[in-house]
Amino acid sequence: MKITLGAVSKPYSALKMKTGDWGTHWPKVDEELCTGCGTCEMFCPDMCIELVKVGEEEVNGKIKEIKKAKVNYDYCKGCGLCAEVCPTKAIKMELKEIYKV
Amino acid sequence: MKFFFSSGHGACPGCSLPIAVKNVLYALEGKCFVVNPTGCLEIISSQYDRSAWGVPYIHSLFENAAAVAAGIEAALKALKREDEGHVVVFAGDGATADIGVGCLSGMFDRNHDVLYICLDNEAYQNTGNQQSGLTPPGSNTTTTPAGKLLPGKVGKKKDMVAFALAHGVPYVATASVAYPTDIRRKVKRAVEFEGSKYIQIHCPCVTGWGINSNETIKVAKLAVETALYPIVEYENGELVRVRKIKERKPVEEYLKIQRRFRHLFKHPKGKEIIEELQRIADENAKRFGLDA
Repeated sequence: MKITLGAVSKPYSALKMKTGDWGTHWPKVDEELCTGCGTCEMFCPDMCIELVKVGEEEVNGKIKEIKKAKVNYDYCKGCGLCAEVCPTKAIKMELKEIYKV
Repeated sequence: MKFFFSSGHGACPGCSLPIAVKNVLYALEGKCFVVNPTGCLEIISSQYDRSAWGVPYIHSLFENAAAVAAGIEAALKALKREDEGHVVVFAGDGATADIGVGCLSGMFDRNHDVLYICLDNEAYQNTGNQQSGLTPPGSNTTTTPAGKLLPGKVGKKKDMVAFALAHGVPYVATASVAYPTDIRRKVKRAVEFEGSKYIQIHCPCVTGWGINSNETIKVAKLAVETALYPIVEYENGELVRVRKIKERKPVEEYLKIQRRFRHLFKHPKGKEIIEELQRIADENAKRFGLDA
């Protein structure tokens, strides 16, 4: 259906707005500590942290994917919620290079 | 896009509204028509040519979100297209409890098949923290400033759950952004009911409440743990489930980390307000049996 009245925006057109330069801090994921539970993914208000497959392992004869959290720095606003909710404290907030004096 | 709500929206860092919205859309698997009245959520997600939504979305006026949703539901029924998705309203607390309460009452009365979600951030945060019907007593807002005489808002928080129950709404629940799995479960349960559904989600506001951007979840959790925000669930008018609290915390713990309640610890009338809030918390715990 073609809508000719009013203002219509295309779905996901907000992706044009790169919000990665808003914050002063960036989350860094420690892959050793990350268990791939997905809590950060559930809480991130900017949908910029997701679980990605990094390998496979065999548990009780079944092949299971190993997943780790990965941050999309194009959109991360540096709020620090992921570091706060992480149950294994695998995410640390680091000051961006340009703010280091 | 897993959550049907994209990155690049204009919310403040640490805002809890996208957390609530993305978990609701995830639970519905994107099969919904969203109606959104004026408010923070509309401003952050639907600027011109910067839409963050991956589902059909319409912005209505401040007062008529419930009426627009009722119209969409009636149209879907008339066209025999009900199976295409649920009609969902995302409204702020002002649009729900103050400005849109007339249309909401009409929608509940006619019992339209609509899921109405109130994102409760306890003031008109979009325009800079003006008090609404859902602002708790003692809160410092621009329209109820804490001064020499008055210690913030006088009066009480409107009980919208009781309002919905009085209309005979089949499914009424409260939730908190601190528990997204609970939100998902409640949304999935709600859409099983025929008729109006009402879910009120507690969403802390970073700028209006004066908290750090990484404290949103902590504050939301404290509101639940102090029993100031009881998490309850009603099915066909009967209380079926509550979130039990293991060790109930004193309300001061919730109040002292927020700028909007900071004056209560210095104001001559502050002590009275804190006692009043503690009384409300105790009453909630007793009424819903929150203590485990």
